[in-house]
Amino acid sequence: MNARIFVGLCFSLLWMSSVWADSQVRIGSKNFNESYLLSEIAAQLLEANGYEVERKFGLGGTLICYAALRKGEIDLYIEYTGTLGQAILNLPGKPHFEQLNAALSPLALQLLPPLGFNNTYAVAVREQDAQRFGLDTIEDLARVQGLRMVFSHEFLERQDGWPGLSATYGLAGPVRGIEHGLAYQAISDGAIDVTDVYSTDGELIRYDLRVLQDVRDYFPTYIAAPLVREDLPLGVTEVLAQLEGRIDEALMQKMNAQVVFFGASFAQVAAEFLTDFGIASEVKPPAVAADIVKNTLRHLQLTGISLGLAILVGLGMSLLVYTYSRLSQALIYFCGLLQTIPSIALLALMIPVFGIGITPAIVALFLYSLLPILRNAITALRGVDPTLIQVSQALGLTQAERLRFVLVPLSLPAIFAGIKTAAVISIGTATLAAFIGAGGLGDPIVVGLSLNNTQLILQGAIPAAALALCAELFFGHLERRLGRISGQSSADPIAK
Amino acid sequence: MTVGVEIEHVQKRFADKLVLDDVSIIAPEGQTTAIVGASGCGKTTLLRLVNGVLQPDAGTVRVFGECVPQENVELFCRRIGYAVQGAALFPHMTGRQNVTLIAKLQGWSEQDIESRFISLLREMDLPLDVADRLPRALSGGQQQRLGLCRALMLKPKLLLLDEPFSAVDPITRVEIYDRFLEVQSLEGVTSLLVTHDLREARRLAQYLVILRGGSVAQQGKTAEVLDEPANDYVRSLVASQLQ
Repeated sequence: MNARIFVGLCFSLLWMSSVWADSQVRIGSKNFNESYLLSEIAAQLLEANGYEVERKFGLGGTLICYAALRKGEIDLYIEYTGTLGQAILNLPGKPHFEQLNAALSPLALQLLPPLGFNNTYAVAVREQDAQRFGLDTIEDLARVQGLRMVFSHEFLERQDGWPGLSATYGLAGPVRGIEHGLAYQAISDGAIDVTDVYSTDGELIRYDLRVLQDVRDYFPTYIAAPLVREDLPLGVTEVLAQLEGRIDEALMQKMNAQVVFFGASFAQVAAEFLTDFGIASEVKPPAVAADIVKNTLRHLQLTGISLGLAILVGLGMSLLVYTYSRLSQALIYFCGLLQTIPSIALLALMIPVFGIGITPAIVALFLYSLLPILRNAITALRGVDPTLIQVSQALGLTQAERLRFVLVPLSLPAIFAGIKTAAVISIGTATLAAFIGAGGLGDPIVVGLSLNNTQLILQGAIPAAALALCAELFFGHLERRLGRISGQSSADPIAK
Repeated sequence: MTVGVEIEHVQKRFADKLVLDDVSIIAPEGQTTAIVGASGCGKTTLLRLVNGVLQPDAGTVRVFGECVPQENVELFCRRIGYAVQGAALFPHMTGRQNVTLIAKLQGWSEQDIESRFISLLREMDLPLDVADRLPRALSGGQQQRLGLCRALMLKPKLLLLDEPFSAVDPITRVEIYDRFLEVQSLEGVTSLLVTHDLREARRLAQYLVILRGGSVAQQGKTAEVLDEPANDYVRSLVASQLQ
């Protein structure tokens, strides 16, 4: 492709992406299904009230959501009081709702009235056992002998897990550990009798489990409530306040189960909830093909722009380094260092500077693409036959002319090999950009992972693999072609 | 005799190795001066001092009376042809591109470039179809001749030749010698020819300089040097190669 057109295209895409409407309510969510669902409910509720909503769902965890909220990249997301108190505000004990809001006030944030449920650690047994042994509260466990208590490894370790629980309720062992993902299947199969769960898991309904009541108020409270910026229009907070107390644990379990086990989309479940609530909300039918196209285009935008920038900067830097060779080791080390930062960490590091969305993703992908391009280009430039350089010098070519007519053309195959590597890495890494709200093919993968929905995962993974393959073939073809032209391919017939 | 290249008391050092030590050479205009010596005696360094790519630590180099400039040597270089062993054609350029590149950079018109190129091909007895071939599709002898065409493209008055005939087979070499002698008289060019082969020097050069370990062992008209070696080194060199 003509290089100038390519670069122009990249920049126009970048420009288009930066023109975002500012009048919308931007809603974030974390990357697990309950968070998606609650944010979708909030989004549909606001839309039904005439607001325009931008969904920035699937952000990679609490700290990313919180940072995005502080930076004003999103206006609200659904947070849990326990997480807010411990992980974000570092408040001791179990702070009350009012205490949390007092701590949030200087940050210009506000916790709206709670939705009604508490998603905390809980202890569950099979419903039939509960009836047979008359189990209702955690206290009752101490009465029954011979129950096989098996908890997740994390629960056994955590201070707010088994150690405190056994002390508070006077429970004796023995207890064993199990991988959390296997616990539901194990208790359903009758392999174990008691395990730790989250109190709103959809599995509780699917496997017909009963949550034992925490009558001694041992577990921390994780009450869900919208966490919003104070500068949000009053109308918006009023609308959201309508959700107060509307979702209890049972309803949340049911909605989670619908998504996880019965294949309903977040949008469908949210719309159903709002309909029951007396608010008509339209569900747009799932548009798989359109989504794939949209995500693929976004993915191309992310990788294309970052790769384009990396090519410009990487090649520019390599020419500089070639000319001023003392720079080279330092620069290569620096880029190598960037490469060692885990990609998700690099993405997270971008947030304080660039917020969330497409810009930090492009910057991170750009940094990742730099090393292969730079290293290949420098190695190639250095590897050009010194006799050719001497001759071009003696013929009277200036430094710039030597680069343009001799060094760069001879290095092109290796340069394109570097670009190919960078492109493939970039396409793969860009799937992680979904964690910072940049969209792309990572979006369905992230949602699919949180729902354990293979079909959704494949909707992201297959196009991403296809893109990587295309990039590999395209740049590989260019590399071979240039290799033939520059006379560096050994297995080559006589040129025209 | 008009002087073409004048090297006066030149000294050149790389790191702590003295490569040229008080070398003075006079190469007459319009003639070929051969510089002969074993490898590592400083022959190539000497050529690179003449076109300004290297600067001497001491002494002066003059080309047609003009001192070699210390900076912006590119324009100076373009007035001097340069050909090396194995031709070192740019592998990604066709024969034509290789030969005509500097003429383009020099701003020659398309017409001038093409007519000069065609006449060089004729002088060097090269078929026209080498023009559009990449170097690796050409024989060693053709590559070598194209290398000479490239050196001659800008009609230089001085030609620096760094063993340009040594990488081709003996029969081809003799043909190229003949071509070279013809072209040289046609173009009226002064040549400095670096070689380790006294027979080549005897055949092509009117003047001969014998270098030994960075110093001049003897210089003069080729026939005189070969007939009357001034010292044991030259005597043994002549004896080993010509008898």
